[in-house]
Formats: sequence, C-alpha cells, structure tokens
Amino acid sequence: MFHNERMNRRNLIGGLAAGVMLLPVPALSLTDAGARRLVDSLVGEINRVIGSGQSESAMIRAFERIFDRYADVPTIARYALGVDARSASAAQMRSFTDAFKGYIARKYGKRFREFVGGRIEVESVFVEKTYHVVRSTAFLRGEAPFIIDFMVSDRSGRDLFFNMKVEGVNMLLTERTEIGAMLDRRRGDIDAMTADLRRAG
Amino acid sequence: MNNLRILPFFALGFLVACSVPGPGGAPDGMHDPHEASNRQVHEFNQNIDKRFFGGGKERAPAKPNAFRDGVQDNVTNFAGNFATPGYVVNQVMQGDLAGATRNTFRFAVNSTLGFAGLMDIASDIGVGEDETDFGETLHVWGAPEGAYQVLPIIGPSTERDTAGRVVDLFTNPLGYVLDKPEKYSGTVAKLVSRAGKRRQYGATVDSVLHDSADSYAQTRIIYLQNRRFELGQDAPGGGVDPYEELYGSDDVSQ
Repeated sequence: MFHNERMNRRNLIGGLAAGVMLLPVPALSLTDAGARRLVDSLVGEINRVIGSGQSESAMIRAFERIFDRYADVPTIARYALGVDARSASAAQMRSFTDAFKGYIARKYGKRFREFVGGRIEVESVFVEKTYHVVRSTAFLRGEAPFIIDFMVSDRSGRDLFFNMKVEGVNMLLTERTEIGAMLDRRRGDIDAMTADLRRAG
Repeated sequence: MNNLRILPFFALGFLVACSVPGPGGAPDGMHDPHEASNRQVHEFNQNIDKRFFGGGKERAPAKPNAFRDGVQDNVTNFAGNFATPGYVVNQVMQGDLAGATRNTFRFAVNSTLGFAGLMDIASDIGVGEDETDFGETLHVWGAPEGAYQVLPIIGPSTERDTAGRVVDLFTNPLGYVLDKPEKYSGTVAKLVSRAGKRRQYGATVDSVLHDSADSYAQTRIIYLQNRRFELGQDAPGGGVDPYEELYGSDDVSQ
C-alpha cells in the first residue's frame, strides 16, 4: 500500500516530466529579469563610455565591442538588408555583416560625444509580441529626458538586443531604409554597397 | 459662448481635408503622394542648412563652454515657458485636464521663481515639460494624419501637422495679452534656441541631412516614427519582429 503509493507518485512525476518535454517550447523562455539584467549591464557599459571622456575613435571602438557583445548583429544586419539577403551568398552575408557592424559602431559611436555628461536609466520591462522591451530614459544636459527602448530576445540562442527605439525611432526600420538607399545607388550590387558601407557612418 | 469661441478652430479642422491613402496606397505605413515636389523642397532646405549652418562640412566637435551653454539653456527655457499657455489651451481642447493643470503649474512657477521662464524650476521639482500642439489636438479629434509634407525652412510635416502649425500661430494667449514687441519675444527665443540646438546636435543632424544615402527617405521615416510616437500611435511597422520575418515563427535556438 505504502509502496504502491510511492510508485504512483513516482509515475506521476515521471509522467509529468514526459508531458512537459512533449509540450512545444514556449516562445518566451527569457524572463523579464533576464532581459533587464542584459540591458542593465549594457546601459552600465554605455554610461561608462559616456563618462570616460575618451577620444572619439576610442569611443567608437568601445561601442563596437559593446554592440558585438550585447546585440544580435547577424539578425540586425540581415533585417537591414531586407529581401536582398535572400539572394546573397553566405560569403556576401559574412562580408556585409562585418561591414555593417563597423558602420553602426561609427554612426552611433559618434553620437556619444553629444551624450557626454548625460546618463541612461533603466525603468521597466514589458512583453511585446514574442520579445521583451526594456524601457529606459536618457537624461542629457539641457534636454527634456527622452525614452530609449531596447528590444531583447533569446531566439538567437543567447539573450541579446536586436532593436532599439529612441523616442519611437526604430533602428531596424531606419537602417533598412538607409541600406536600401545605398543598395539602390549601386543598382542592387551587394558587393559594391558593402564596400561603400565600410567607409560610411 | 464657449462653443462660439472654438468655432473657428472647428472650421479650420474641416478645411484641412487631410488626404487618406487608398487601399495599398501606403505600403510602408507612409502616405507620400507628393514625393516629387517634397523632394524639391527637401533639397532647398538642405541648401539653406549648408549655407547658414555649415551643414555637411567637417566640423570640430562643439567645445564645452559653460557660459554659452548656460545662455543656450536659458533661451530654450524661456521659449518653452513662453509657449506653455498655448500648450494649456491645446490640452484643454484635447480634454487632457491633468496635462493642462500640470502646464499651468509649470508656467506659474517658472514665470515667477524661474525669472520669467529663464530657469526651469518646475522640472527641478519633478514637473517636467509636456509639449503639445494643435496638430495633436486635431489627432485627438479624429483627423487623419494626411499626406507627408516637407515645408520650406520648417522641414518635415504632415497635412494634419501643417494645419496645426497654422492654427498654433493663434493659440497662445500671450499673443493677445502682450504688446509689441514683447509678444514676439517667444518666437525670437524659439528661433535662437533652434539655431543653438542645430549647433549642439550638429553632427547628428549632418548624419541624417547630408551623409545619408537618401536623406529624404531617412528624414521621412524618422519624422513619421517620432511624431506617431509622440501621439501615442503605432509607428510604421512599430513592433517589428525580425525573427518572425527572417526565420519564421519557429524557435531558431533549437
């Protein structure tokens, strides 16, 4: 009787475990706390760069490291390239992604000098569609505070941000427009556009 | 009586006649039927920026200058404070009484303790700026955004925002209670403040207006996203999910 009960309980637990394994993997295995942790440390690094007073080229290098470590660069690059990513070869994608990383680092790294003396504070986390949004506020000298949202997902296999919005202005959409225009200028030649990208930003 | 007073605004609201995209007329959530003429005005604005603000040239980073930066802050604060009664009028028309109360408090505090608005004391005690305009009022009243527009000197707008700008020439009560030339001090301060910001954020403006591969398309997408965000609307493609688009709905980490 006692023995049986234990057996039953064991079966029950085993059955539950098997059932859980059969369930589809939920889209959101990342938690609010996990998303917040990522952005907290990202913002901490950005604040350190803003406060360091280093030269512009040092800030750009610092930002490239931060971007590489905290962002899902391949996904951001692929999205920015749009439909043309489908026809690109693996080598073209690698080369484009690498050029894109440098371009983003230069473009956004330069902006840091206007942030000097300011700071970013993480405020709240909420879920949108299949990802987490970490809302933060930037406080700059002589400016009304403004909102920066970081979109975080673990769908790359790691917790990384894949988009950010500054007062509603979305990095993915803005960069897709820009890369699209650069591609148009080269009549759709990805290699020529990638070469331009290495000098842009 | 009150109804009679706001009648002219209603009349203008109807005059706006914002164009609405037909089916498939705005594939990216952007309605821009006048793109060709907008591009011409954009080019004109770019040339103005090059000529008067040195836009597009290599520029040294703005050196910190405590005195100049302080004056710039004062001018910006003054312009903002001068505009605040106009915000209150718009917030009342939007039915945003909390916002109207907050801005009335800001105006009272900053006009007195803040030396006629030169200092933003209200922000220091936690009552921050809450800007609005008649374009937002039209939005609250249900007017559609209308087509994207580029205005000479002023820059990007929409049909609804342009109508709002026209009406806002008349919404600030200070324009009625002050004499010349005091009534123009707000406008002058605003222009000086804008010129100062152009210098402060010179490199950022350059990166969009002069360095971009298609500065017209960049300006348009940035303006529309930001404006819709201010109005609490979804920006074009607001909640974009690249994983969904690029890899389908399956979990790619598996």
